[in-house]
Amino acid sequence: MSDVLLETRSLSKSFGALAASRDINFKLEAGARHALIGPNGAGKTTFINLLTGVFLPTQGQVLLKGRDITTMEQSARVKLGIARTFQINRLFRGLSVLENVYIAVAERLGAGNQMMKPAGMRKDIVDEAMRLLDMLKLSNDAGHRVSELPYGRQRLVELAIALGLKPDVLLLDEPAAGVPSAESHIILDAVAALPKHIGVLIIDHDMDLVFRFAQRITVLVGGAVFAEGTPKEIGADQRVRDVYLGQAHHG
Amino acid sequence: MTMPAQQVTPGLSGHPAALALINRHRVRAWEPLPWIIAIAFYFAFPNHLGFGTDLLVTILFALSLDLALGYAGIVTLGHAAFFGAGAYTVGMLAHHGIWTEPISGLFLAAGVAALIGFASGLILLRTTGLTLLMLTLCTMALLEEAANMGEKYTGGFDGLPNLPIPPLFGLFEFNPLYPRVQYVYVLCVLFVCFVFVRTLVYSPFGQSLTGIRENVLRMRAVGAPVNWRLVTCYTISAAIAGIAGGLWAQANAYVNLSTLGLDRAATVLIILVLGGYGRLYGAFIGAVVYMALSHFLAKVYPTAWQLGLGLLLMLIALFARNGVLGLWDQLTSRFIGKRGPT
Repeated sequence: MSDVLLETRSLSKSFGALAASRDINFKLEAGARHALIGPNGAGKTTFINLLTGVFLPTQGQVLLKGRDITTMEQSARVKLGIARTFQINRLFRGLSVLENVYIAVAERLGAGNQMMKPAGMRKDIVDEAMRLLDMLKLSNDAGHRVSELPYGRQRLVELAIALGLKPDVLLLDEPAAGVPSAESHIILDAVAALPKHIGVLIIDHDMDLVFRFAQRITVLVGGAVFAEGTPKEIGADQRVRDVYLGQAHHG
Repeated sequence: MTMPAQQVTPGLSGHPAALALINRHRVRAWEPLPWIIAIAFYFAFPNHLGFGTDLLVTILFALSLDLALGYAGIVTLGHAAFFGAGAYTVGMLAHHGIWTEPISGLFLAAGVAALIGFASGLILLRTTGLTLLMLTLCTMALLEEAANMGEKYTGGFDGLPNLPIPPLFGLFEFNPLYPRVQYVYVLCVLFVCFVFVRTLVYSPFGQSLTGIRENVLRMRAVGAPVNWRLVTCYTISAAIAGIAGGLWAQANAYVNLSTLGLDRAATVLIILVLGGYGRLYGAFIGAVVYMALSHFLAKVYPTAWQLGLGLLLMLIALFARNGVLGLWDQLTSRFIGKRGPT
């Protein structure tokens, strides 16, 4: 299991004078459970945006399964198997929870261009969306408008949409942020139940979560890779403790 | 895939939310009502069929806008560009003796409007919000000016009067004084177009349009070709607006610059907001309320009838953001109890 799914080579992104990402070399292997940590403003979300094609890098390359996707459009990358969740919910707020997931599944199956058949007649899509909601304990909310749900439940819809794309690479940007701790286990359980072969990269501030989840951790500081290693190595690294873990324990 | 939930859990597809989605496109009991009223109108008001025809054309035009604005969230103030394109296509072809047959004329009107919608959409739909609003307005202004200046072909400011429109199927003559044929003809075309739009908005494509309206960023993140979808929707919407314009030219047997103006574009927008956008029947309610009201107010206050409309609009904007139908939903949900989105 050492197939590299996603790789970046000296990836850099500048916004004017601000270097948000600097020379990042990163590998995500099939089946990996990888965490990306770093203080606020370290460029974690920028890195996700570079991987998914929201921004184009100033320099460097992004490779998916060995294929150069550096300049590929966002939607094309999704088709190749990269899915993400957003740090701040980006949902179809006026639509029902079920419709939210339906849209994702429909796009994956290429049904989004289907015009002459009612959406409800695609029972395969409805069923799959319902199964996903059931798995995330959301089926009781399936008929509710997303905007009516508490924030924590909305986070689960974020995850459900991403899972509806059946990705090979899943990028989770602080999936548990804003979720009451009583419910965060649902998200962790769902992540733990993902198919083994997919590579998961998680960004989070919750060190308990990160150290429990990750087999490998990358620490980003000032847009550059500061350290990388197993949770044990990172936990023992005095420099990391100084710049990051020390702060986090106070904050 | 080795998703643990692969086996169908019984009861899930029987979940109320799943059933709501599965049955969403079914015809509801009240849906024949507008059509029954339209047919009753024909018999009840034989002397007002001119007004009725105009009303049906306006409904069709508003329906086309609903597809773009209400469903896909394309904010446009230039939709009359397509109405006018359809009207002038029918008008110019008939006036110059090139093509006069009404039904195929509508297809041509739709085609020309769709072409303009497609070409302008490719460029315009990269923008959003105020920029998009201004650009749609500019597109319409350019067309209007072209129609104004191309006097030789378009009749310029005076338009093209007395269009020779041959009888429908060679049998039913269009009579401008007693527009019975026009009324039935327009009603049939409206019905066909409505069934088409209704099918479209309940399809996965229609669902994806609402996704774009609700959150473009997320729509891109689920892999949807957002721009392409928008262009497709805009083109279809333009084609239907073109059909409405073509009908207008045929029913009135003339075409003039009013088909292309800001007045018409703004009116149809007001109608849709008044009725409620993104809900199919908002076009019907809005057109009926607007046209009946302006008809009535113009009789009672010939000099200041627009004042009444203005006040009504302010009330709608302040207290009923989703138009008359939205207000209706609010009231029924208050009395019957809360319901999920439809």
